[in-house]
Amino acid sequence: MALIFDIKRFAINDGPGIRTTIFMKGCPLRCAWCHNPEGIGKRPVKMYTKKKCIGCQNCVEVCPQRNLVMTVDGIKDLGRCTICGRCTDECPTLALEMAGKEWKMEDLMKEVEKERQVMEESGGGVTMCGGEPLMHTDYLCEVLDELGKRNLHRTVDTTLYASPNNVRRVVERCELMLVDLKMMDSEKHRRYTGVPNGQILANISMVSEIELPFWIRIPLIEGVNADEENIRSTAQFLTALPMKPEMVNLLVYHDVGKGKHARLGTAYNPENFRMSTPSEDVQQHAVRILQEHGLNAKIGG
Amino acid sequence: MNPEVDTINRRVEQDTESEGMVSGKTRPDCRKLHNKRNDALKYPENEGGMNDRVKRLHQQSIDTPTTLTIERALIETAFYKENYGKMPNCILRAKNFYEICKKKTIYIGKDELIVGERGPVPKAVPTFPELTCHSVEDLHTLNTRELQPYLISQEDTDTYERKVIPYWQGRTQRERIFSHVSKEWEEAYHAGVFTEFMEQRAGGHTAMDGKMYQRGLLDCKALIAKTSSELDFINDPEATDKQQELQAMDISCDAAILFAERHADLAEQLSEKLKVKSEKSEADKQRIRELDKIADVCRWVPAHAPRDLQEAIQMYWFVHLGTVTELNGWDCMNPGHIDQHLFPFYQKGLADGTMTREKAKELISCFWIKFNNQPAPPKVGVTALESGTYNDFTNINIGGIDKNGNNAVNELSYIILEVQEELHELQPGLSIHVSKVTPDEFVMAGAKVIRQGHGYPSVFNPDTYTKELVRQGKTQEDANEGGCSGCIEVGAFGKEAYILTGYLNTPKILEITLNNGIDPMTGKKLGLETGDPRTFTSYEQLYDAYHQQMVYFVNMKLAVNNYIERMFSLYAPATFLSLFIDDCITRGRDYYSGGARYNTTYIQCTGLGTITDCLSTLKKHVFEDKKFTMEELLKAVACNWGREDNCQLSTANCQLEKIRQFILNRTPFFGNDDEYADSIAVKVYDDLVEAIEGHPNTRGGKTQLNMLSTTCHNYFGSVCGASVNGRLAHFAISDGTSPAHGADTHGPTAVIKSLGKLDQTKSGGTLLNVRFVPALLKRDEDLRKLVSLIRAYFNMGGHHIQFNIVDTQTLLDAQQQPEEYKDLLVRVAGYSDYFNDMTEQLQNEIIARTENAEF
Repeated sequence: MALIFDIKRFAINDGPGIRTTIFMKGCPLRCAWCHNPEGIGKRPVKMYTKKKCIGCQNCVEVCPQRNLVMTVDGIKDLGRCTICGRCTDECPTLALEMAGKEWKMEDLMKEVEKERQVMEESGGGVTMCGGEPLMHTDYLCEVLDELGKRNLHRTVDTTLYASPNNVRRVVERCELMLVDLKMMDSEKHRRYTGVPNGQILANISMVSEIELPFWIRIPLIEGVNADEENIRSTAQFLTALPMKPEMVNLLVYHDVGKGKHARLGTAYNPENFRMSTPSEDVQQHAVRILQEHGLNAKIGG
Repeated sequence: MNPEVDTINRRVEQDTESEGMVSGKTRPDCRKLHNKRNDALKYPENEGGMNDRVKRLHQQSIDTPTTLTIERALIETAFYKENYGKMPNCILRAKNFYEICKKKTIYIGKDELIVGERGPVPKAVPTFPELTCHSVEDLHTLNTRELQPYLISQEDTDTYERKVIPYWQGRTQRERIFSHVSKEWEEAYHAGVFTEFMEQRAGGHTAMDGKMYQRGLLDCKALIAKTSSELDFINDPEATDKQQELQAMDISCDAAILFAERHADLAEQLSEKLKVKSEKSEADKQRIRELDKIADVCRWVPAHAPRDLQEAIQMYWFVHLGTVTELNGWDCMNPGHIDQHLFPFYQKGLADGTMTREKAKELISCFWIKFNNQPAPPKVGVTALESGTYNDFTNINIGGIDKNGNNAVNELSYIILEVQEELHELQPGLSIHVSKVTPDEFVMAGAKVIRQGHGYPSVFNPDTYTKELVRQGKTQEDANEGGCSGCIEVGAFGKEAYILTGYLNTPKILEITLNNGIDPMTGKKLGLETGDPRTFTSYEQLYDAYHQQMVYFVNMKLAVNNYIERMFSLYAPATFLSLFIDDCITRGRDYYSGGARYNTTYIQCTGLGTITDCLSTLKKHVFEDKKFTMEELLKAVACNWGREDNCQLSTANCQLEKIRQFILNRTPFFGNDDEYADSIAVKVYDDLVEAIEGHPNTRGGKTQLNMLSTTCHNYFGSVCGASVNGRLAHFAISDGTSPAHGADTHGPTAVIKSLGKLDQTKSGGTLLNVRFVPALLKRDEDLRKLVSLIRAYFNMGGHHIQFNIVDTQTLLDAQQQPEEYKDLLVRVAGYSDYFNDMTEQLQNEIIARTENAEF
């Protein structure tokens, strides 16, 4: 069973209609711009929001490892955390929170069913997201099967960095895939995400061949992949596919990952890559290139 | 003739010559005063649709400061001095109305196509001393206060002091009410357990159906004559009363016809003046045609049923002015489903070539500006100091269903949306009505206007509110013709007197319960002794104590409501309004005396979110988990969670803050689709229904529950100490049926699910505020999701939903730099208002509402 670190209702940028998005923990990629760093590891992870902390030191008192101390910068972790969860249970303000917990299938479906009326009315459904949901293909398939029985629209939001066999299993169990495509140059891909992109591109071709509807999502980052060359070769790759993506969403980069890294006590962009929000012109130019290739491209999810 | 009225008329004549239009009194003092509402147009891109005439009228409406006019009071006082006691009150009221219509200054502004003002000039508000008489101090406060001033010259204040105030001492409705009520009522009232609507204004919330477009006042007179001739003085003991009331209605018809004729006369005079000019410009020639048309229109309506679109609009406008001149009813007056009423005239005009879409839009724009020219009558006493609003709560209904339950959207519905978007004035309020049969195209068009962020239109669900009406005993057809007026109040338009009587502060009642009947703010005993809650051993015991207190206060209010109803029936019959509400004429009874086909009395309950969260806190942490003791929590709220005398968190206070944060973060609160909290809300709501519903009022109808707060949740919060849900002392309680501030953390779909659990058909309306950041609604596909959200909520039985599309940063900026945001209209509660015109408290409350942003 995989851990789930968030369930978001009223998700309106994760596929058609109004959706509930389920975030699964664990990801094989290490994208420099990651929005959800708490989703990278497979184990639960403690997050600390200094702004919420009132300095009551409940956590310091209850920690069996004596791992937490109060400093001028708020609560500090001394590195002996066993993730027992005592501190997060006792924190009155939720300044300390644990990301990642097990959900019984029954409870998960109960949570999903809460939104049925809204999903049906809006043509929405459930989006499985991460982390990388295909890190736990067995569990993912179980959830997708259960959702299928309930006639809910299923979307899987994935990097497609997975074995073709696993991809095939998931493709059979969903109605739509949202596929991240960071950049075409494999070496660059490795530099910025920790893995090459050959497997990803091959899987995209396979999904396209099977004719599962899919959307391509490109995080548009100045200094990384917003250059004309990358957008052009992306467009060429996508147009050459047997079946084109229904949509190409350009997700404009913002450094929202920074705040989350701070909460995790980890460093954001330790390699010091130069990343910034592309200008309006660059955004529009990218959209235009993709559109000129006959792709249904737009800014935003 | 009375000397002071004579003076008014002479001044009128002088002005006619100098300005080419008749304005009442020149008020040099006011004009010298700084102009509070001289806002630049901030959205030039929206002006595209406005033609030059509309732009000028719009600008004038925005630039003109709000003033008080004493003209009505002078005419009325003189009339009362002469005539009070000489005739039955209904006839006195009708003749008083006639006198005002005969003597009041007539105004026709440059560029106007639809004519008539409540005051002598636009944005001049009359006073109603027969209900409540402003003191000199009140007038001074209104003239000088920072927020929403009503300017009045020293000369007028002096005249008021000399001629108006002395006569009305001891004769106003307000004094009749306060001299009657019990000490208990008065103490509960002053403590803020409830408010009283009828102490300063007449009962209102009236909206019209379509009959005025088929029946002129001459037809009304004929019906009155017929009813009168059929009176049975031998077998009907009320025949004499009926005869007098009918006679009064007849006089009211004459009054309104005279009022219109005077406009026709003035239009002719103005036209004549242009005609004799030796060299006439093209503009002069066009204005001559327009003035001649205005004269024709005013000779025809309201005496006869209208024949074209301009006459139809003018018909309504005269009825509107008549109603708001006769009395100052709450939520002044409302044309109801105006798109349905006007559509046949529009179609006819298109067919015979006398009308175009542009022309119709121009007329509707002129009509809309008329509403904005009528600010609400100001309050007296302490309430004059508090922020009110210029908004007089006309809430025009478009879309929805027709008499037979079919889709009623037509081309005018779309034109009206365009007009609303282009003008985005404070008034009138606009709501779109979205039934299952309403096409998405229309809802999308409405959503596009919502996206502009001015707070309009709000959205109503006819599928639910017709059920509410039927449940109250209306026929299906009358229900289908009904709608929502004021903020969210449902009514059978043109057939019902549904009168709101005041708000009930449920969190305050719980506060009193937790103090064994004592108001901790004053130490006074207001409620019953239901026991020291520290001795309670179960949640049920606590709830039962609250329930007893709630019933006690509801009953206290009901008893006085009935007294006040009688006072209106006896002293302030609305003989003009009665002409338009079925079946006042055929019953020979006044609107305030049971003449209407349906007669409802509402008590509006507030703070559902706050009281639910408080009860949930106590149930969970005190009685179930025993995490805290009752004593601990009562001590905590008594010292405002440790904030009263020490803002720094000392060790002791840190302990309190820990408890408070624990409660805020780890209690099931209303608005999260959480069964634990939602079941408490349902119980509180159902018990309010049970306590309030079904008591007979004095008009042959029954009392009903309503769920709205307007801005009262701020006032009610200010009279409450801290509460056990973590709310700090004096901060606003939850508004309408919305969750408490910050309590909803699972997004808008969870909120609508929680609200959907209430059987909303049991109420006369619920109110849900949702705030979105603008970024969430940028694209049309985002709007489609908004439409889905609305539809989903309505499928769950939601009555109303409204949106504030403005981000927190903008609101904070607007607080810091009010000059930059003069036209920032935001949704308050059932209406929109200028952010700048709000008290800081209300501004903070709006900022604190949960914002739904991208996660």
